[in-house]
Amino acid sequence: MTEIFAPPDANQVAEAVSQAASAGTTLDLRGGGSKVAYGRPMDTDVILDVSALSGIDLYEPEELVITVGAATPMAEVQSVLAEANQHLAFEPPNYGHVLGYAVGSATIGGVIACNLSGPRRICAGAARDHVLGIAAISGRGDAFKSGGRVVKNVTGYDLSKLMAGSMGTLGVMTEVTLKTLPRPTQTRTVLILGIDAETGLKVLEKTAGSQAEATGLAFLPKLQSERSAVLVISEADSVTAMRLEGAGDSVSDRAMVLAAQHKDAKVQILDHEDSLTFWAEIRDCTLMPTSGALWRMSVPPASAAQVAARLAVDCFPEILFDWAGGLMWVAMKDDDPCEGPVRDALDGLSGHATLVRATEGIRRTTPVFQRQSDPLAELSARIKEAFDPQGILNPGRMVAGQ
Amino acid sequence: MPEPNQDVIRRSGELASALAAVLPKGAVLDREDQRRVYESDGLTAYRQMPLMVALPETTDQVSKVLTICASFGAKVVPRGAGTSLSGGALPLADGVLLGMARFNRILAVDYANRCVVAQPGVTNLAISDAVANRSFYYAPDPSSQIACTIGGNVAENAGGVHCLKYGLTTNNIQGLEMVLMDGQVMRLGGRHLDQSGYDLLGVMAGSEGLLAVITEITVRILPKPQTAQALLVGFDTVQAAGNCVAAIIAGGIIPGGMELMDSPAIRAAEAYAGAGYPTDAQALLIIEVDGTGEEVKVLAERVSGIAADHGASTIRASTSDQERVTFWAGRKAAFPAVGRISPDYYCMDGTIPRARLAQVLGQIAVMSERYGLGVANVFHAGDGNLHPLILYDANNPGELDRAEQFGADILRLCVAVGGVLTGEHGVGVEKRDLMGEVFTEQDLAQQQRLKCAFDPDGALNPGKVFPTLHRCAELGRVHVHGGKTRFPELPRL
Repeated sequence: MTEIFAPPDANQVAEAVSQAASAGTTLDLRGGGSKVAYGRPMDTDVILDVSALSGIDLYEPEELVITVGAATPMAEVQSVLAEANQHLAFEPPNYGHVLGYAVGSATIGGVIACNLSGPRRICAGAARDHVLGIAAISGRGDAFKSGGRVVKNVTGYDLSKLMAGSMGTLGVMTEVTLKTLPRPTQTRTVLILGIDAETGLKVLEKTAGSQAEATGLAFLPKLQSERSAVLVISEADSVTAMRLEGAGDSVSDRAMVLAAQHKDAKVQILDHEDSLTFWAEIRDCTLMPTSGALWRMSVPPASAAQVAARLAVDCFPEILFDWAGGLMWVAMKDDDPCEGPVRDALDGLSGHATLVRATEGIRRTTPVFQRQSDPLAELSARIKEAFDPQGILNPGRMVAGQ
Repeated sequence: MPEPNQDVIRRSGELASALAAVLPKGAVLDREDQRRVYESDGLTAYRQMPLMVALPETTDQVSKVLTICASFGAKVVPRGAGTSLSGGALPLADGVLLGMARFNRILAVDYANRCVVAQPGVTNLAISDAVANRSFYYAPDPSSQIACTIGGNVAENAGGVHCLKYGLTTNNIQGLEMVLMDGQVMRLGGRHLDQSGYDLLGVMAGSEGLLAVITEITVRILPKPQTAQALLVGFDTVQAAGNCVAAIIAGGIIPGGMELMDSPAIRAAEAYAGAGYPTDAQALLIIEVDGTGEEVKVLAERVSGIAADHGASTIRASTSDQERVTFWAGRKAAFPAVGRISPDYYCMDGTIPRARLAQVLGQIAVMSERYGLGVANVFHAGDGNLHPLILYDANNPGELDRAEQFGADILRLCVAVGGVLTGEHGVGVEKRDLMGEVFTEQDLAQQQRLKCAFDPDGALNPGKVFPTLHRCAELGRVHVHGGKTRFPELPRL
């Protein structure tokens, strides 16, 4: 069994990394362990359990800022923010359903390290946009910090953004400072029922480009909508969903205005509670199957229908569209990830596909992340070396051999 | 600045010919009168003639220019419109100034994907203008937006008055094409959201031209808010205005813009622009709420209520879009307005936690007495970005030096209260030597290692941002602890 180090504080995490660097000991960084099955499998000497780095160091709601230990449970962060009627606007998802872990185990550090964002990504930005500062330990065992606690900051390179999404391959985050925002008090969802994907995606595109200020834009075919806990959605042949959020009564007025623009279609408005239930299902990807290969594709939103059509030819997948089409969840019938056609579906387009769920064996042989151009891959390798010259931090998690 | 490389200066004729061979006719400027134009940027206190100026038009030409410069060991300083307020585009005596002005085309307007693909020399405002007929805009709006280029905006991570709600440049770009010093061209991101792999878009934003030369940018465009309303709120004390700002945010409202001006700034702006500001107020807030009509009505009423509760001496809400624009006219003209009441001014750019505003302004007033120099303050209250304008007269011996010392003291104060040296102008040469106030040697070493991954010879815009230049070989050295376990008590489970 792999040995586990569990240093009690950030100084000793630095010591542990420093010793590991000296000895060439490779480390598997763990917070809550919720994303063990995400990314490329690793064969490391030691598990570095940083779960002791937990707790809220500073929270000033009127300054819109919170500083927390990197391994603070997501649920703890969210409940503290909720008490002050605030939230993390990027809507951190919880992929327990698709990755098969206990829903409570996700930590803030894991969410940031994977740069995971929910439906509100389209208007509020990604997880990385909400990171104001970090403290971390490099693969040399050196503590370093970047950013600060203020929104506007160009003092030095933005290493916080680099750490976000680097999946623990560049440093061990010990502390994270995040921007918080007021939580909308009212949510409504305008639904158009029973239209086909291409029509639905057009509606989403039109709404995204309008002044409606929608904060969630999703299309669900019948296979997805029928799994919803919201009755009207579960009974529909397809659902085109547009979320409106805000403070107070004006939200229901806005929903009515938006619904009236689609009076020739079958339109429904979800109330606040049902809206919360539904968008949590989209955010946490719970309407997708629990087994079989699963991809997450980021594509130009206007190309989503084209990508779906290409995938249909060889893979026959189930597809849920979020981000007005810009985010596609693609579930295969079985464990075969159908990789060739998935990669080919992005030919001539910008975008990327991530194999979020597959058996360990498949993730060892199939690239989990999008292949980069040679110059970019070489630059990324040099950056990895700049932070972790011995290659001890989560080796091979993103790219084989790095 | 780094010592000029005499060998490169000696071979400048040879270098100019090599560059001329890969560039269009007239795109290498080496006569003194041609180079003089480029000797400084928006921070005019610093001047240096470049060795020569190269004006490429295509990515391929940029790649060739960089390759040639690298082979000569010549340094390169990229420049957009030269509006940097931190000396980011200050030339080097032994360096080629790489002018990106000819990259001035918008390549694609893509409404379906809500983005615009532009060359780096396109001005910030030109992007919004290009999409205005379909009621879209590009959100970051630095006050130099008529002149500053989108490439420079990325390099400095430019902001503007709407950052709290709509973010800075880094939050509004989706893709880049860039060229490394070794001539390699690569693309990051594109018309989709979120980059795969490391977030190099995030690293490039605010990298001040030290990592790569940007040759193409994909920016996100937004539908214009349906309506916007501005409120002018006067207060008898800065403290009361500061409390009002905190209460608005604590009340769950994120205004599209929230600006604060102190008494000298109010009076200068009113004298210049006649925007109807209350000149007897000690502090003025301009608060803009935007969104759908229903939302704006609700928010404006709540903001007025909060302002009244905090003892506002005057509250005026704009009743038309024209009046809203008038309210802003004074603020947007604050810099030239201050320029009219003082022969010279020095614009600072610290960021502080909002709650410390009254304390910081109080201490700035004390410093102003001590240095014998006036100061007017404008403040992006929403995001904590403070712009003190230090008034001086460069013709009075010693005043510029005093202004610079005053400025450095203000920035130290910003850091001491939990803020940073620069919110949107960049470190450049101006604040380089203050980096130690914020970062440890170890922090700075890690930043420079990142630089080494992009530019191992340190040829791109050296002398900016970092107070001490280290060789990459030295930074890359790994110090092995000889395998000895210093903490044998480390728990092992």
